[in-house]
Amino acid sequence: MELTANKFKANASKALVDAQLQKALGNVEKGFIGKRQKAADALPEFDALRDNARDIKNHVLEHLDLYLEEYERKVTAAGGHVHWAETAEDARRIVLEICKKANARTVTKGKSMITEEIALNDHLEANGIEPVETDLGEYIIQLRGEHPSHIIAPAVHLNKEQVEGDFRRVHTHLPEGRDLSEPVSLLSEAREVLRQRYFAADVGITGANFLIAETGTSVIVTNEGNGDLTQTLGKVHVVVASIEKIVPTLEDTSQILRVLARSATGQDMSVYTTFSTGPKREEDPDGPDEYHVVLLDNGRSAMLGTEYQDMLRCIRCGACMNHCPVYHAVGGHAYGSVYPGPMGAVLTPSLNGIDETGQLPNASTFCGRCEAVCPMRIPLPKMMRHWREREFERNLTPAVARYGLKAWAFFAKRPKLYRFGASFAMPLLSLFGGTSRRFHSLPFAGGWTRHRDLPAPEGRTFLQAWAQREAQKQETGQ
Amino acid sequence: MSARENVLSKIRASMRVPSSDDKRREAVAARLENSPAGIIPGRAQLPKAGQVDLFCSMAEQFGATLARVSDYKAVAAEVTTYLRSHNLPAEIRMGADKRLKKAGWETEKNLEIRHGASDGGDLAGVSHAMAGIAETGTLALASGQDNPTTINFLPEHHIVVLKAGDIKGDMESVWAMLRKAQGKGEMPRAFNLITGPSRSGDIEQTILLGAHGPRALHVIVVD
Repeated sequence: MELTANKFKANASKALVDAQLQKALGNVEKGFIGKRQKAADALPEFDALRDNARDIKNHVLEHLDLYLEEYERKVTAAGGHVHWAETAEDARRIVLEICKKANARTVTKGKSMITEEIALNDHLEANGIEPVETDLGEYIIQLRGEHPSHIIAPAVHLNKEQVEGDFRRVHTHLPEGRDLSEPVSLLSEAREVLRQRYFAADVGITGANFLIAETGTSVIVTNEGNGDLTQTLGKVHVVVASIEKIVPTLEDTSQILRVLARSATGQDMSVYTTFSTGPKREEDPDGPDEYHVVLLDNGRSAMLGTEYQDMLRCIRCGACMNHCPVYHAVGGHAYGSVYPGPMGAVLTPSLNGIDETGQLPNASTFCGRCEAVCPMRIPLPKMMRHWREREFERNLTPAVARYGLKAWAFFAKRPKLYRFGASFAMPLLSLFGGTSRRFHSLPFAGGWTRHRDLPAPEGRTFLQAWAQREAQKQETGQ
Repeated sequence: MSARENVLSKIRASMRVPSSDDKRREAVAARLENSPAGIIPGRAQLPKAGQVDLFCSMAEQFGATLARVSDYKAVAAEVTTYLRSHNLPAEIRMGADKRLKKAGWETEKNLEIRHGASDGGDLAGVSHAMAGIAETGTLALASGQDNPTTINFLPEHHIVVLKAGDIKGDMESVWAMLRKAQGKGEMPRAFNLITGPSRSGDIEQTILLGAHGPRALHVIVVD
C-alpha cells in the first residue's frame, strides 16, 4: 500500500467526521476491551505468563541466528524448503517464482499481515496470478480495494450495510432479491463463494504466528478455518513469516499461546491452532505436495541491539490498538501504513524510516494503556518517545513545535527569569479568563480551543501558592 | 554472499556476537533438549476424573456439544442419533483409525460410511482425537490416513471421538504424548488443536458460528 503516514493529521481530521467509520469504531471499544479483561481475570497466572512470554522472546532475540539455523535444518529434514528474503522485494520475487513453477493461476490466502507488508497481492496480480483472500474480513476489504484497518479485525471499520452493498455488487451470479440483512446471511454467502475457490487454487499462502525451531513447524492461529483450508487444499503451501516469529520449543509456544488469544479476542484459545511440518508424507491422504517457508528480514535485523529491539517481541494480538484512545477516535486507516495503532507507531518508522513516518509516534496521548495490556510487555510509549527524539534531532518536527519547545527550554533553563515571567503572566491570564475561568479562544492555541475550552490559571504561580501554604503552616504551628 | 548469509551476518553484527560463540550455542542446545515447561495454570491440575469433567464443561462453554458413552461399541449409535437430531442424511466420512473401526457400525445398517480424505461433499465427518486438553476444552488431532486433516475442516458437522483416558490437564502433557509417539523433535505433518466450531467476528464484531470450517462440533467421550 502507499505509505501516507505523514498525512496522519489530515487523515485523522477526515476520519473524525466520517459518520460510518465512527459508528463502526464503536465496536472496537465495546467488543475487545471487556472480553480481554474477563479472560485475563479468569486466569490467575495471566501476568506471570506475560513475564515468561517476554523472557522467552528475549531469549530468542539474543540467540536468533542460531535458532534460525536450527529451524531451517528441521524444516529441510521434514521435506520443506526455506527461502531467505532480505527485503520485501526479495520475498515477492521468491513467492512469485514458486507460484510460476506451480503454473498457478489463482492462489488462496489465509490472513497474513506480513503479505500486506510486502504488498504481495499487487505483485501477483501484476504477474497474472489472482490472489483470493479467504478470511472473511480480508475477503471483504479485498472486494473494496482497501487495506486492513486492524491487524486482527481487518474490516472493523465497516458496517454490515456496507458489506451487503459489496456482496450485491460482486456476487452478481446470486439472486438479486436474496436477504442479506443479517451478518449471518453475509457469512453464509462468503462461505459458499469461497468454498469453490479453495479447490480451484493451485497455491495456498499463509503467514505464521510462530516458527518452532525444535520441530521445524509453522503455526497459524485462527478462528474461521480458512487458513487451514488454504494450506491443506492447495498443491503448494507457502508460509511467509518474518525472522522474529521463532520460538524454541513446543512448550515455549504453549506459554505464548496462553496470552495470545486472551489478549486478542478474549478467548482462552482461538478455535484453530494448527502446527504444520513439511509437505504431505507418503501415507498421507491429504495435504500439500510442497511446503515452502519464506523467511523475511526487511529491516528487522537492524532493530536488534537498538532501543527498538523489544518491538520484535510483538505477537500481533492487536491489544494495543484495541485499548488506544487515538485508534478508537480515528481507526486504522488514518495511520496510513500497514501496521496501525501503537505497535505500528513504533514498527513503521523502523521499517520505513522516521522521515516518512514521523507523525505516527506523535499520534499518541502517552496514556500508557497499550503497554499496560501488551502480553509481551513491550514498552510502546517509551519507544514512541525514542522516535520523537530521533525526529527532533533530524529537524523533522513542525516549526511551531520546534520553536515553541526552544523558547520554553530557554526559560526553563533560567529559573529566575522563568519565575519572573510567570509571576507576571499568571495574574494577567487569570484576569483575561474572566468569570467563566475559561478561554474559548487563544492566539496560537486554536488547535486546542477549537474543540474545547482551556482552563484559565487561578492567578498565582505554583511556587507562590506553595510558599503561601508553607507560610500558613508555620503560622498555625503545624 | 547468499541472502541466508546476509541475514544471519546482519543479525550477528547487530547483536555484536561472533559467529562461533560456544556459550550461546550451548544455551540454545540446552533449551531445545530440555524444553522447560514454564508456567502451567493451576486450573487443570486435578485428579483424572476432575480433568475429564473440566474438559467437558470447557468444550461446551466454547460451543461444542458433548456426549459421553461407556464403550466404543456405543459410538455408532450416538453418531446416528446426532445425525437424525440434526436432520442430516445417514452418511459420514471417516478415516482408517482402528479405534473407529471397532465403534459398533454393524448395528447401524442404514448408515453410509465413506472412507479416506474429504472431497468437500460431506455433511458430516468423524475423527478420532489423539488427546483432549482439559484446561481449555481443546481437541488435539494428528494428520494421516487414520484421521485425514480435510475431515477436520470441510464437513459442516465434525464429530470427534475421544477416549476419556486421553484427556490431559494441560497442553504440555500432550506434547509429552506426542514425543512418545513421534520421537523428540518430530511432528505429524499437521497437528490440529481445535476449540469449538469455526467462527468469525469480522462483521461488526458479532460472533457467528460456521465461518469456513464446521458449523458444529460434536464430541463423543468414550469412558
